[in-house]
Order: sequence, then C-alpha cells, then structure tokens
Amino acid sequence: MQLIKDQKIIDNTWQYIADTDELKAGDISVSYARWQNDKQSLSAHDGKLGVRISSEDNVEAIADDLERLQLIELDFPDFADGRLFSQAWLLRGRYDYQGEIRAIGQYIPDQVFYLARVGVNAFCPELPEELPGIINNLKDFSVKYQSSIN
Amino acid sequence: MYQYTNTDQTLVDERVAQFRRQTEQYLKGELSEDHYRALRLRNGVYIQTHAPLLRVAGPYGLLNSKQVRMLAHIARTYDKNYCHFTTRQNIQFNWPKLEQIPDILAELASVQMHSIQTSGNCMRNTTSDHLAGVCVDEIEDPRPYCEIIRQWTTLHPEFDYLPRKFKIAVSGALHDRAATQFHDVGLHLVKNAEGVVGFKVIVGGGLGRTPIIGQVIKPYLEKKHLLSYLEAVLRIYNLYGRRDNKYKARIKILVKESSLAKFSALVEKEWLLLKDNNELSAERIEAMCAQFIMPAYDGRAAEDQSFAEHQSTNQAFATWVKHNTADHKVSGYRAAFVSLKAPDSPPGDMTDEQLDAVADLADAYSFGEIRATHRQNLILADIKQADLYPLWQKLLELKLATPNIGTATDMICCPGLDFCSLANAGSIGIAKEINEALDDMDYIHDIGDLKINMSGCMNGCAHQSVGHIGILGVDKKGSEWYQLTLGGSSENNAAIGERLGPAVAKDQVTKAVVTILDVYIKQRQEEESFLDMVNRVGITPFKEQVYATH
Repeated sequence: MQLIKDQKIIDNTWQYIADTDELKAGDISVSYARWQNDKQSLSAHDGKLGVRISSEDNVEAIADDLERLQLIELDFPDFADGRLFSQAWLLRGRYDYQGEIRAIGQYIPDQVFYLARVGVNAFCPELPEELPGIINNLKDFSVKYQSSIN
Repeated sequence: MYQYTNTDQTLVDERVAQFRRQTEQYLKGELSEDHYRALRLRNGVYIQTHAPLLRVAGPYGLLNSKQVRMLAHIARTYDKNYCHFTTRQNIQFNWPKLEQIPDILAELASVQMHSIQTSGNCMRNTTSDHLAGVCVDEIEDPRPYCEIIRQWTTLHPEFDYLPRKFKIAVSGALHDRAATQFHDVGLHLVKNAEGVVGFKVIVGGGLGRTPIIGQVIKPYLEKKHLLSYLEAVLRIYNLYGRRDNKYKARIKILVKESSLAKFSALVEKEWLLLKDNNELSAERIEAMCAQFIMPAYDGRAAEDQSFAEHQSTNQAFATWVKHNTADHKVSGYRAAFVSLKAPDSPPGDMTDEQLDAVADLADAYSFGEIRATHRQNLILADIKQADLYPLWQKLLELKLATPNIGTATDMICCPGLDFCSLANAGSIGIAKEINEALDDMDYIHDIGDLKINMSGCMNGCAHQSVGHIGILGVDKKGSEWYQLTLGGSSENNAAIGERLGPAVAKDQVTKAVVTILDVYIKQRQEEESFLDMVNRVGITPFKEQVYATH
C-alpha cells in the first residue's frame, strides 16, 4: 500500500498489530491501550514502534514515551471529529514530537491542508486513487493568518 | 475601515478556487453528499426549502459602498433582486443556483468580501457594536480587535471541526449593544484600576434551544494575551466539548456541565503554557488601530442652523431624528439608522435598487461606509447634522425611513417557514400582521422602547429568548403555534424571557401581542419602559389578560 509522506508518494513499511494478535517482526504500531498496558515488553521489540490513537485518547499520557515512538497514527473515526487536530498540535507544538504523524481512517482529502499545518506529515488514503488529490490539496493556500507547525 | 493586504486578497481568491473545485467534484459525483455538505457549510452555503442559501460575511457589520453595490449586483444577477440582513451582521441570498455560487464568491472576492465560516461547526463571523468608533459611551473602539480576531479565526487549521459553531462578539462601550453575554465568547473592553484598557472575557453564553447567560471567566485580560487566551478556550472546547449530541455540543453546555470553576481551571492551565510565546505585539495592535482612524470630520459641522430649523418646522423629520438617529462623539454629527422594517416588507430585506441607492447616500454623506446592526437595520454612522434633512428625504423615497428604530415594529425576524428548512412555523407573515395591527405611529412611539423578536423554530435565529416580547414558532401536530415570552434582554441587564403560558394559535398571536401592549399602557408607571414594567410586576398581569381573551 502507498501513502504520502512529506509530500511524496512512498510505500508503507509499517504494520498495525491488532490487540488480539501476536507481535510481528519489523516496524509495528499498536493501539494506545496496548501501549499503555505493555509498554515494557513492547520496548524490547526489534524494530520501530508506533502508537495508534483515536479521538478519545489523550496524548498527554504518552508525552514521556514519545522518544521511543517513531510513528503516531491519528485514526479518524469521523472527519467531522476535530479532536485529533488538537492532539496533533499538542504532539508537535507542546511535546516537540519529531517522528512521523500519520492521518488514517475517516478524514477527507479536503482536510489535509489543515492537518499538515497542525503537524501531520503523512497521509494514508482510503483509496489509492486519492493520492494525487491529497498532494494537490496540500497546496490549497499559499498564505495563512496563524502560525503553523509545517 | 480595514483594507485587504495582498495576503488577505490571496487568501480569499484561493478559497474561491478551492470551493470551485469542491463544487465541481460534487456536481460530477466525485464528492459525497456528506463530505460536500461540511465543505459548503464552511463557505456559507445551506440547502434550504426552495434553493441553496448563501450567507455572506459582514465582518463586524462593516461594509463600504463598493461592497454594497456588489450585493446589489449579486441580488440582480444571481438572485431575485433582494437580499436579507441577519442578526449576526451577515447578508443572505435566498435564491442562488449552486453551480453559480463559486462565481458569486469570485465577484465578492473582487471587493474584499467572502462567505468563509459563516456556517458550519467552526468559528463564525465576529460581531460587534454597530456604533463602534462613533458612540459617546465608548471606552475604546473594538473594531481593530474584531479584525485581529477575524484574521485569527479565518481558516484556523486546528479549530475548523469543532463540536459545534462558535461565535465571538466584542463590545468597546459601557452599553452592551453586541449581546456579548449571549455568545460563546463575549469580550468587553474595560479599564483596570490603573486605567489600562484590556478585556473582560465572558464565556458560555448562547441562545438557541438552551438560552444561557454567559459567565465572566477572566475579569481582566491584557490586550497582548487576546489570541493566546482565545486559543486556550478553543483548544479546551475542541478537546472536551460534547460530540455525542448536537444539541449539547455548544461550549455553554460544557461550561454548565463541568462548572465554570473546572472549565476555567482547564483553560488557565492551557493558557499559562501558551501565553508567553503568543503575545500580540504593541506594533501589531497599533498598526491595526491605524486602519480604523477617524474620518476627516468637519470641525464646523455644529455651526449649522438648518438642522434645528427643519426639526421645528417639519414634525415628520423631527420624529425620524428622534427615533432613527443616535448621538455621535463628534459635535455636529449623528449616526442615522436606515430602517429595514417598513410595514410592508419582510424585516431585514433590501432590494437591489435600495442597496445601490444606500451606497450612493453613504458616498454622499457618510464617508462611503455602511454598517449592519444585529437588529437587522443599517446605519450611516457619520452624518453631518446639516445633511440629515436631505438624507431623510432620500430615505423616505426609498421607503427606508420608517421612524421605528427600537420600537414595537422594529422586530427581529428570521426567514421562517417561508424559506428555512429547519423552521416549524412562519414568522414573516406574523410580523406583517403585527405591523398591520400597530399601524398608528403615535401609538408605537407612546409604547416606546420595545424589542419584539420572533423565530420560526427553537434554533432561535431571531433571538426570541432575549426579546422583551419573544415569539417562538412551534409545530403542534402539523399546525403552527406560537410560544410567547416576556422580559428577555440581550443588553447589560441580560435576561432570558419568561414563558407567558401555553402556546397560542397562529391567528391569536397578533391579538396576544396587542393585549400585552394594552396591559402595559394601562398599568405602566410614569416613564416606565415595557421591560422595566415586566421586571416590576412579573408576567401575571399580562398572562391574565392574554389567556382571559381566549
């Protein structure tokens, strides 16, 4: 599967491991709950680690873990649920997170300009044909009134 | 008045291009109904009973003559020759074609106008005092801060998908003409003990289904912290506001359910982390204030004798001056209301010809500026007293001089069932009926200061819950009924009207209003306004008479 990272189309190298599944080799992401429960054993994993968070989760609770995480996935339950915009901003603006922040789930391509501005630098499309549109929409505006993360 | 920089212009132009693309994708079936809906709402486009409705932003109510001529052009070219001024100082077109809306927006952008965030669950047009900069009771002109907030709220990347809509109002005067206690955030310019001007911040007010009076969250905020404090409030609301029920999603519910103390503690904690790196510089504030400097007033305006002469020889003119003009901070000037409440036209509506003519009058007499008020009238704010007579004569010809500002027939009224897909009941028809019943201007003037607000459904676009008399249309088994309330106010003495009793049938509404006014006339004490009397005696005397006649 392909996605957009830093405005380029690349192949996805990450695997999400569902809570009931065994860990696999390579770069993996797990749920926020699994991370909270199994932080110690996960830290021994041979490969990069990521955490998938949803709107209900609070990034403040993983602020101290961020150095160990190379990926944060923001899993949109619904494009109209804007909480993850603030979570992204907090990750970058408050906790100085330097890894990848990836939008997944039910966000829409027309939101990517804003998402990039709050610190999301990777976009997983719902359908492969959305890839060119997402790259295009990242350039919707050449001016802005507020400070941005990107 | 604020003039766009290249940045402002580029932003609105790029927004038009973005919405054109989105609309084309939708019309080709490439964008789902649900996704397009969220995008079009953020561009002021509703789908109404008959056609799309386009809501254009009137930034804190301020327009210039060129912009008003553009509204006339749009009404003529894309609509049915009229537009509607709303209670939030915006302008609505009721009949545009969806595929033409990107063209309309491009035309608006050519005169520094837009419809960005005039609907949808995002930060809306900031509203203010319609007498800002000219009123006699002003602490400081709020408009520079309104413009700073306008820019900050526009396309804010973090706060465009809020739990629900978010409205900010700013007042700079002692008398609150901007209903700041009924906004998600209300800001008052105030002086601290040292005489330094800052903001009193009010949070959690609102109208609609659950009217709530806002509470003071910050008695005094230094100007330099304006945006960091707003950011803290918005972030807490975005993260913690309810998203499970749209009727419980406004910030007022969050504040109420969590208590002001808890909400305020969350905001304070967030703000302390933000404030030092997000200060508004004194230079930025100064540069913005320079955009709103006083026009070149005539220092000899007060020497004119004709104004007094015309008033003593022409009773109709004197009556208009008394009711439809307001004191001005510069001697020899007055602010003149353009009444959009003529008895035979829907409240707040204006034709293309009237718009063009008012633009000409603004150029001739008022430095080319026009303001929209939150009671759905216009104001020409800077009229030399010698010019009031010729202005009045021209407004008379245009049917824009009904001397009823602040009186019973200066009703706030939503479009109601005639246009709105949300409405349960008609409102324009009732307004017309009340106008017909109260056709005696002397009687209306005798009643004096009275605010009748009428909404066709409980969403409350016409702010019925803060009307001295509020009228709310409800649906009862498929027929239109009306709930009356008394004693509401959106001004300094903010209050939510008390329900008079059971809803009355459509054909009884006007009779009920007339009965209420008769009770007032008979039982008022000397010089006592309607609202004062309701506050003194309560609703019982009114209730007894209204329901006795049914």
